[in-house]
Parts: sequence; structure tokens; C-alpha cells
Amino acid sequence: MSTTALDTSVRPEDRFISAFEVNHGEALNGTNASISKQRTDAIERFAELGIPTNNLEAWKYTDISSVIDRPYTLPLAPERPSLDTDDIAPFLIDDLDAHRVVLINGRVDEALSDIGDLPDGVVVSSLAQAGSTHPDVVEEHYGKYADFEDEALTALNTAFVQDGAFVYVPSGTVVEKPIFFLHLTATEQDLLLQPRHLFVAEDGAIARIVEAQHSLSDAQTFTNTVSESFIGEKANLEHYLIQDQGPSASQVHTRAAQQKDDSVYTTISATFTGEVVRNNVTIEADGSFCESNFYGLVVGKDDMHVDNHTFMGHVQPDCSSNELYKHVLNDESTGVFNGKVFVSRGSQRIDAYQQNDTLVLTKDAEIYTKPELEIYADDVVCSHGATTGQIDEESLFYLRSRGLSKRRARILMLQAFAQEVIDEIQLDSLEEHVAERVRTRFSSYFA
Amino acid sequence: MALLEIKNLHVGVEDEDIKILNGVDLTLDTGDLHAIMGPNGSGKSTLAAVLAGREEYEVLDGEILYDGENLLELEPEERAEAGVFLAFQYPVELPGVSMTNFLKEAVNSVREARGQDELGSADFLQYMRERADMMGLNADLTKRSVNEGFSGGEKKRNEIFQLAMLEPKLAILDETDSGLDIDALKNVADGVNKLRSEDRGFLIITHYQRILDYIVPDHVHVMLDGKIVRTGDKDLALELEEHGYDWVREEAAAAA
Repeated sequence: MSTTALDTSVRPEDRFISAFEVNHGEALNGTNASISKQRTDAIERFAELGIPTNNLEAWKYTDISSVIDRPYTLPLAPERPSLDTDDIAPFLIDDLDAHRVVLINGRVDEALSDIGDLPDGVVVSSLAQAGSTHPDVVEEHYGKYADFEDEALTALNTAFVQDGAFVYVPSGTVVEKPIFFLHLTATEQDLLLQPRHLFVAEDGAIARIVEAQHSLSDAQTFTNTVSESFIGEKANLEHYLIQDQGPSASQVHTRAAQQKDDSVYTTISATFTGEVVRNNVTIEADGSFCESNFYGLVVGKDDMHVDNHTFMGHVQPDCSSNELYKHVLNDESTGVFNGKVFVSRGSQRIDAYQQNDTLVLTKDAEIYTKPELEIYADDVVCSHGATTGQIDEESLFYLRSRGLSKRRARILMLQAFAQEVIDEIQLDSLEEHVAERVRTRFSSYFA
Repeated sequence: MALLEIKNLHVGVEDEDIKILNGVDLTLDTGDLHAIMGPNGSGKSTLAAVLAGREEYEVLDGEILYDGENLLELEPEERAEAGVFLAFQYPVELPGVSMTNFLKEAVNSVREARGQDELGSADFLQYMRERADMMGLNADLTKRSVNEGFSGGEKKRNEIFQLAMLEPKLAILDETDSGLDIDALKNVADGVNKLRSEDRGFLIITHYQRILDYIVPDHVHVMLDGKIVRTGDKDLALELEEHGYDWVREEAAAAA
């Protein structure tokens, strides 16, 4: 059987547990031992934790349980909706010369992918394939950074893991062109998807990964993604994520990264659509002289709900981290930001910066923002700040007094606000793509 | 017809029981430069704000005719398009808004309103360079965000530069000389003098006479307690410098 309809007559947790039992023993993604041995532990842990409710502090403002409690279908074997290049054309990024991988419903579609020539030793493939072609890499890194001990949804993903994206950049190798993963949902049914990605940049490797999520469907979907990244010594990984799956798509997207000495990791997300979007971003700087950067931009409309939940773990000395999340919230949209910075005992000379700025454009839009600092070292500089406000009236008047209409002045002010995040995108084609998308959105606010 | 005609203008602050202007009358012909002087709190900046269209002020009585039309009916951007320009006392910093994009939009919106063709990017940059040269503005400033990190003097120079870019018919300078060092003061005055022309009127609001050493006004008005209490030529500014505002105040009180 290729799909399992979740039994909605029982509580949501039990639906998953029985689906797991029904399919237990089936080789869901090849025969990789490291992946399959975690599966049983994960479903047990999921059963213990249960789906998070608003009673948990970490989920206080995001009701994910009611999103999960819907009659989804859980696809368990590869589905191949027949799509051609015309179907994916609208989602390509102009002038982005990249190694392209297209994933449909969480599975790599080779016909639509165009990986091209990669440097020696670099692997860009599906995770399922990597499980058999590069078992040692998978063994070393899979399940090591996205801990499911306290995260029910990571446990659920780990229990049902099937496929996803895989990148391996060996030591000292530079991948000049970005690696572009286009994640598409194509379905008539309401679908629950659980892609799993693994990105490994070994010592001294340099790479850029761009992920874009879109949908070809109006069906209700819930995507529970887990991606793990490893950034070895002196390596540099940039990781971009565009979230634009449409108003009937919800997701929990867990991005967990671990860095080693002297490495730089930068992750930037831009969220344009989604019914409920929860990003769990976790970076652990497990080496000294690491630089960790995370940035996020949310451009809210209608009743979309976007929750960026971040964790910066400093467990070694002499590191720096920069975090900037910006929300522009229109209509009845909601933004949630929680940024935790943890500095362990002995992690001296840490420089951690965190900022969350929000423009709330209507009386029905809402922002909940909360910084959390947990610091056990005494020689550190940690700063955090949060601002919430409207477009500055004095600035608007200044622009209008120079002949700009009220509408143009507002759009310009919003663009200026978002620019600080957009400027952090190092790929020009992607930067222009995001800027254009943001401009279009802001123009639609005051149509 | 006068370029600007202010008749019996009474202004208060919206939603508050405060009156700031108590019957201002002023007529400004095109080509003329008027200076309004007055102590702090006399209402001169409020007059500038009302002319530019700030919404927090409420016109209680009187009218303002600009080119014979009712100026008060126009939105701030419509005033700009019609050729009214206010050099701000406190120019706003706009991080993330590039000078070039901002000025291009501004210039093209007033050009469109005047029935002129929009300037393309190359023509615009050429025009901007010419005007920056003419105003002695450091061209590097045009590559930055509007006023962001500009010194006080650079901000004021930038206001005069924008004046040169937008070529208004009526330029109002609200305490543009305040806080300037001598070089910046001369630079601003020099810019204004270059921009004086037969088809442009200036209204310069200032606390001190000093800028009028460099910009010679055709008319000088003294504003006190929301009214123009005395009008004269450039010599009036010198008298004020010598005797202070108390002298006018006593005279005004005696006349009342």
C-alpha cells in the first residue's frame, strides 16, 4: 500500500503510533541501519511526549495540535505525480545558476532535477540514496544534531523518515554554484509529509544551499521537516530558506546545525505564506572561534501565523553569534519570536547579539516576542532587543513632503525595514528574488 | 497675483486646547525672499509645518492661497507636486532608503505633476551629479541611506540639495541655519543664493540674524505670540540683532 489514511476516530498521537505499527518492518527508505535503528526509539519517545499543546511554554502562542489533528493522508511509499518542467518553471529563481534538485512531496524527482557537474567528491542526492551510497557519512551525522528527546515533532519525523535532501561536501572542497532544492507539494489529497534533510560540510568546505518551498495544490497539507547541518572546522555554509507554500499549508520546520572550530554558518529564512509556520532553528557552536548568523524575515498577510523559535547554544569559548528577525504584519497575521541564547560555564569571551523588530500594520495583527538568555560564563557580551511599532509618521511625512504618495511612502518605509535582512543574502540573484517578492507583497498591502 | 497669501491664519493643535497662530497675514510675491524671525515658541515653525501640510495642526480660521488656490485642501505630496518645498528643521534619518532611489522617485513624481517626462536612470544620475556639484555636496552622500549617519551640517546641506533637485516655486526653510558651523552656514547660504530666481519665492524662518548676513532678504517679519507684529526690510533684522526681541515685544504691547 502506498498511503495510509490516518484514523481520525482516535486521538492524533495514536493515529501515528498505529500507522507506525502497521508499517513496521517495511523498508521505508532502503536498508540503512543508522536510520532504521533510531526509528523505534523515536516512536516510543513520541508516544511519551505527545503532540505539543499550548500548555508548553515553547508552544504557548502556536497551536500546532489542532493543525495536526486533521484527516491527512500519510504517504509511506514513493508517489510520483507526473509533473513536467512547465509545472516547476514558476518556482525557479531568475538568474540563479545552481545545482538544482526538485523534490515532489518530499522525494527527489530525478527527471525534474538538473544537478549538473559537481566538484570531485561532492554528493547531492536524495537521503534515501545516500543511505546506501554513503552509509558512513549518514552514520556519522544522521540524527546527531536534531535531538528528539524533547521535541515530539522531531521524534515523529525520525520515526517516519523516508527521504529528503542530502549534501556532502568533502574536506577542503569549494562548491562554487549554489545547491538549490525546490520543494514542491503536489497533491489532491490532504497530505502529511515528513521530509528529512542532511547537509554535511566537512572541514574547510565552502557551500551555499538554497531551499524554496512551494505548492501546486490547494489541498490542506502539513509538512514536518527536519534538516540537520554539520559545519566542520574552518568550513563555511550558507543556508537559505524561502517559505511560500500557500495559505492552506502548515509546517513545522526544524533546522539543527552543529559547528566546529573556526567555522561560519549563516541561515536566513524568508516566510511569505503558510497557515501555521513554526521554525525551530537550533545552532550549536561546538568549537571555538565559530561565527553563527541567523536572520529571518516574515511578511505577514491575512491570518497567517509564523513562529520563529531559535536556540543559540554556545558551548565553547571565543565565539560570536548574530541574530536578527524582522516581521511585517498586516491584516490579522500573527508573528511569534522566541530567541534563546545559552552560554555554558567556561564558554568565555562570547559575543552574542539578538534583535527582533516588528512593524504591526493593523489593529488585528499580533506579535509575541520573547528573548531568553541563559548564561553561565562571566566574561561574555550578550545583547538583545525587541521593538514593536508602526511605520514612523515623521518619516512618512518627510517622504510625502518630497512628492511621494502616501502609498509609495509606506511601501518604501516597509522595504527599508525589510532591507536589513535582505542585505544579508549573499547571492545576488536570490537577494533580488526575495526583494522583488517583498516589494510585491508590500504593494499588495495598500492596493 | 501673489505666490503665497496667508490671511488671518489661526492654528491650534488637533485635539488640544492650544492656540499657536493667532491671525497671521503675509503676502509673498514670486522672486522675493522673506525672512520670518522670532523667539522660540513664537509660532514660526508651526507656520512652516502648516504650509507643508502637517496633520497634527488644525486650522481654526483664515486661509492660505498658493498661486491663487486653496493650499490647505492639498495633501503634503500634492503640495510638493505643486511646487512647495519645506527644508526640515530636523531632517529625518531613513535607514534602508537609498538617497538615489528616494530622490529619483521624488524628482519623477514632481516632474510628472508638471507634465515633464520621467527621467531614466542614466539621465537622473547625471542630473543628480550636476546638482550635487552645484550645491557643493559630497557626492558620496548620495550613495548612502537618506540622512543616515549624516552630521547635523550634512543633513541641512542635504535639505538644500533636495531643494535644488526638486526646483520648487516656493521654498520654506525652517531654521536651516540652526546648529551649523561657519563653513556649513556659508555653504547653505551659498546654495540658497544660487537657487534664488525670478520664478521662485523663499520663506526663511530663523531665530538669528546671522544667516541674513549671507542671504539678503527682501522683507523681514517679526513673529511674536503667533502674530506678525512688525515688518520691514533687511535693516529690521539688524535692529533685532542689536536690541533683541524684548524691544519689539514692548512696542507690540504698547500698540495693543
